[in-house]
Amino acid sequence: MGPFLEVLIGGLLTGVLYSLVALGFVLIFKASGVFNFAQGAMVLFAALSLVRFLEVMPLWAALLGSAALMVALAVVIERVVLRPLVNQEPIILFMSTLGITFFIDGFGQSLFGSDVYPLDVGIPKDPIFIAENTFEGGLLVDQVDLWAAVVAGLLVLVLALFFQRTRIGRALRAVADDHQAAQSVGIPLNQIWVIVWSVAGLVALVAGIMWGTKLGVQFSIALVALKALPVLILGGLTSVPGAIVGGLLIGAGEKLAEVYFGPIIGGGIENWFAYMLALAILLFRPQGLFGERIIERV
Amino acid sequence: MERRDGTTTGAALLEVNNIEVIYNHVILVLKGVSLSVPEGAIVALLGANGAGKTTTLKAISNLLRAERGEVTKGSIHYRGERVDALNPSELVRRGLIQVMEGRHCFAHLTVEENLLTGAFTRAREGKARIAEDLELVYKYFPRLRERRRSIAGYTSGGEQQMTAIGRALMSKPKMILLDEPSMGLAPQLVEEIFEIVAQLNRQEGVSFVVAEQNTNIALRYADYGYILENGRVVMDGAADVLRSNEDVKEFYLGLSTTGRKSYRDVKHYRRRKRWLA
Repeated sequence: MGPFLEVLIGGLLTGVLYSLVALGFVLIFKASGVFNFAQGAMVLFAALSLVRFLEVMPLWAALLGSAALMVALAVVIERVVLRPLVNQEPIILFMSTLGITFFIDGFGQSLFGSDVYPLDVGIPKDPIFIAENTFEGGLLVDQVDLWAAVVAGLLVLVLALFFQRTRIGRALRAVADDHQAAQSVGIPLNQIWVIVWSVAGLVALVAGIMWGTKLGVQFSIALVALKALPVLILGGLTSVPGAIVGGLLIGAGEKLAEVYFGPIIGGGIENWFAYMLALAILLFRPQGLFGERIIERV
Repeated sequence: MERRDGTTTGAALLEVNNIEVIYNHVILVLKGVSLSVPEGAIVALLGANGAGKTTTLKAISNLLRAERGEVTKGSIHYRGERVDALNPSELVRRGLIQVMEGRHCFAHLTVEENLLTGAFTRAREGKARIAEDLELVYKYFPRLRERRRSIAGYTSGGEQQMTAIGRALMSKPKMILLDEPSMGLAPQLVEEIFEIVAQLNRQEGVSFVVAEQNTNIALRYADYGYILENGRVVMDGAADVLRSNEDVKEFYLGLSTTGRKSYRDVKHYRRRKRWLA
């Protein structure tokens, strides 16, 4: 039982990290119908800026600086990309986010350098043993992952309150439902897009801090976004809770598959398990486990 | 302008002057439409499918730009101010709002949340004022109070139309552009909706421009009417005058002095007698 739980917990916690990236996708997709491929690049950009700011200023100032930078990025993206492309086909907007991805990747690295930087924001990194009384030798858990889980929980809570209880949150949901109607009642779409990309940028910053602490800040954390894709398919592109549950399922699934089925077929399952799962979900439930049912009346 | 109840209306609230609208830089949809809406009036915009009713309304509320449409000629004045370049949000703040064709409720929001989004531009006035207006909307649409917690997407067509009008009311409008309120609704409901429109007009002083295919009911409630055909105004006049006009009877009210005609005759008559503005 001990080893099984250890793998399960490790997997779930890694899954939370996937969820943090997936959240950013969900936010933007919900509010603007744009599948923002650049979310991974934004995670890298946020983490890079934070690590370089930390070299010259205290933690709180660096956090503020990075947050401000992400908001500024949102303003620029709205002005330069989204506004001229208003009312274009989703595929065109998607392609434009591909462009944004490459721009942010390159621009971030030429601005902040492309080395591997260790990130230390005070999160303890040593693995610890928990439940030593119940299991012999206890369960080995990565503290960074544990913190990530706490942060992700808080983040989801804050986002849920923001969406359900505030005037801006209500406006964001209205825009997600019907752009034109939102515009007709006087909700300014441009402002809403800046807000939603800013929120996604801040979520990227949180994800960047967690991934950066775990792996060091380097180009490969932009590729984490690829792991967020199956999470999105599993959880549903429009659901915040879906992003979390999807992440947990994928994280736990791939670790368990690696440990228990890996030896049978020669290992390496972890790398493709998530995508196979996503494929299976697409066949049977294309809107994902928690995706919004499309309401249509005639 | 003299209203149907004998009172006269105020100065022009909205003045549309010879506008031309082009979609996607190539498709000419409006070829010079002019109309005038006095303060406190209900004006009907009539015509068949594709005549340009919706485009006219969207040109006024400036929802055109989101559809790649553009007013290329003419001008639009609202309360004496030129408004062609203002975005919809600025227009809503000035009291001019559109209720779009096909209701367009926010399907995943509750009815009450839908109504509250209408007050988005009024955040500075404080929650108490907005709560008062919510009560006002419920007074006009008691059915919405019963359904306030329902998800709008699952309510009936009539309730959605009421939600859409109520949502517009939450912005404290001076003028509502109402696009095809009768679409897909049972005749009894259509009557109910128009009755409420008339009440809002009388009691809250809201002016209306109503685009309708249902010429009969629109002319019964409106003070004045404009008939559009192929992107042009081909006829306009007081609602009563239009109702008794032979051509309007023939083409839009389905009445004729010589009894029923076959569809072929009507088509022929139509082709021969094009209205020229």
